[in-house]
Amino acid sequence: MTTTTRLPHAGRTSPRAPAPPDAPSPRPRPLARLAARGTPYLFIAPFFVLFAVFGLYPLLYTAWVSLHEWKMGMKGDFVGLDNYSKLFGDPDFWNALVNTVGMLVMATVPQLLLALVVASMLNQRLRGMTFLRLGILLPIVTSVAAVGIVFSQLFDRDAGMANGLLHLVGIGPVDWRAERWSSWAAISTMVDWRWTGYNSLIYLAAMQAVPKELYEAASIDGAGRVRQLFAITVPMIRPAVIFTVISSTIAGLQLFTEPLIFAQGSNAISGGSLRQFQTMSMFMFEKAFRNFDYGYGSAVAWMIFLIIIVLTVVNFLIVRRTR
Amino acid sequence: MGQIQRRTEGRARPLTGRRRLAAAVAIGASMAVLSACGSDDGTSGSGKTVLVVKTFSQFGYEDLYKQYEAAHPDIEIREENISQLGDYAPKLQQWMASGQGAGDVVALEEGILTQFMQRPDAFVNLLDHGAAPLRKNYLDWKWHQALTPDGKTLVGLGTDVGAQGMCYRKDLFKKAGLPTDREKVGALWQDWDGYLSVGKKFTAARTGAHFFDSAGSIYQNMLMQQSDHTYYTKDNKLVIDSNPAVRTAWDKTVEMIDAGLSGNIAAWSPQWNAGFKKGTFATIPCPSWMLGTIKKQAGDAGAGKWDVARVPGNGAVRGGSFLAVPRQSKHPEQAAELAKFLTSAKGQTAAFKGKGNFPSALAAIDSDDVRSYRDPYFSDAPVGRIFGDSVKALRPVYLGPQNNPINDAVSNSLTAIEQHKLSDAAAWKKAVSEAKRLED
Repeated sequence: MTTTTRLPHAGRTSPRAPAPPDAPSPRPRPLARLAARGTPYLFIAPFFVLFAVFGLYPLLYTAWVSLHEWKMGMKGDFVGLDNYSKLFGDPDFWNALVNTVGMLVMATVPQLLLALVVASMLNQRLRGMTFLRLGILLPIVTSVAAVGIVFSQLFDRDAGMANGLLHLVGIGPVDWRAERWSSWAAISTMVDWRWTGYNSLIYLAAMQAVPKELYEAASIDGAGRVRQLFAITVPMIRPAVIFTVISSTIAGLQLFTEPLIFAQGSNAISGGSLRQFQTMSMFMFEKAFRNFDYGYGSAVAWMIFLIIIVLTVVNFLIVRRTR
Repeated sequence: MGQIQRRTEGRARPLTGRRRLAAAVAIGASMAVLSACGSDDGTSGSGKTVLVVKTFSQFGYEDLYKQYEAAHPDIEIREENISQLGDYAPKLQQWMASGQGAGDVVALEEGILTQFMQRPDAFVNLLDHGAAPLRKNYLDWKWHQALTPDGKTLVGLGTDVGAQGMCYRKDLFKKAGLPTDREKVGALWQDWDGYLSVGKKFTAARTGAHFFDSAGSIYQNMLMQQSDHTYYTKDNKLVIDSNPAVRTAWDKTVEMIDAGLSGNIAAWSPQWNAGFKKGTFATIPCPSWMLGTIKKQAGDAGAGKWDVARVPGNGAVRGGSFLAVPRQSKHPEQAAELAKFLTSAKGQTAAFKGKGNFPSALAAIDSDDVRSYRDPYFSDAPVGRIFGDSVKALRPVYLGPQNNPINDAVSNSLTAIEQHKLSDAAAWKKAVSEAKRLED
């Protein structure tokens, strides 16, 4: 604030101000120059300050904690990488990793394909377009907790709608929380319901920039809608696809609320009786805030961070190469 | 206040998302900073000393605060309450770790206390503040729970205990052709074998309801009656696989699951909550503090349908809390005085009448007020007498440092049996190996 108001002021007064009498040559208004150079940095500073306080510091502090035996909220001995080596030998962690990646694939792949289809349908001239486009955004507005609670009821073992529908086609009731595949399916449905519309809108925005001539030419050449979608639309909106794949990957690896609410009961954090659907985030929370083993929990947090980076890069490379 | 169930109540609820989690941590941290600012001088605008009391769930102290303030004009009490123990426990950890925010008096639930007993130096030694003569006022084991093994440091003063009864649905019992009178029902289940055979009769009658909600709480109940220790010896050696008490409770529970008695309805889940109203299960072991939960979930329509009988076996207790003064308090002297007042027999009686928390002070347990107390909602059951008898019949049980996480592992294994996911032997093996891994 001070710098920005001083800037015009300094510009106005300096030319009239005489150079210091004892100076051999007039100096080029140091204050003004500093202000002019510094201002842009000042403008972007809030982000970096906030990032340093709420992003970088916790990150480094977590790393510090993870190198200690830190239980009951009290700092203990420095133990080096012990927490990490223990983590590598912990079957529950690998189980959580498999669950997380499994649900990531199960949720993200259909979600992005569906988003693509929805977006290409919305990209045509239809009546009430604005209404429809707004409509697909609605699921994001609803709270995750509400989604979780509603879907938990739908997938209830005794009185859920999902089992009711299965019953109509002659399939016996499924105990959705007891089996791995069924719990993954239920949670993936929740994730898809919430994020498909969001991704569609991103695709739609990208599609609007694709030149109409391409489609006209394709039509003349006799390409059908599906062919047009994969031969023209997808390659043309590739940056948007890369963005959605990466953001979905990151979100999927941090999956927490949906499975937690789905789990229900007092041991919800373990994600099912045999940890059928415990994600990495749930595992971290269990270690840190349920068992009060902060050192170990911090090690888990850092592993999640590293895994996210690795998987994001891998995904990025794959998506960039395919065309 | 309830050890396992209430402690975890919060986790049944949405712990919404990592962002919310991060927000909660941030808010917790800033609250810690703010409250530290507020209590720096520890006085309010009117120059009174402000004592901050941190509680979870319901302790029923509102009237007691007024009384205390009236008697001590220089003191102002502020209670900061967090409704779920599951949300309270991590915050308490943060306050204790950061050295600020814990206020002057904190409530410690039994499971939290066993963990904090490894760090008694984080709390004011109440023996230094004239607590020693109070010893005779309390149930002996309750006193010892908060006392270090060398007997030199007293971390907390007992509030309530989770005295056990067995709640049951009279209408379902009638439907199944069983007696409904609480004395006759209690006579049928003198021990857990009796409970099992009543359960078999009930199940054979096909009322459409299950005999109990889920195996976890039954197991927990039996376990607490078996021996003076469970997963740990008193010098904190893990004995889950060598303590016959654990195995006995486990085997009996599995027998009940195999007999089809369990509804496999997870405690604190929406179905469980609805089950009180709809009558999807006929019995549930109920610590005194659970009467409030049943009233809330079953609603007005449930009044008179539920009743309380004695719990099978020799009494039992599940849960209960303590009040402690963190070392970080700026007013340890006054805070200790307040804690003594709130945990006095008079204070505990008031809390029992207010919120159903059963007292741990002998004078309160034996007082006419408590002994003669009947609960109209539970068909006028003499709950004061039932829970009092239960508390006095039991022996103290030592809970080790990782008691709660181990208990979670065991009940998850029992759930896996209920879901037909694991055999008895495989589930047991899994529980033991998880417990051992927690020790590393």
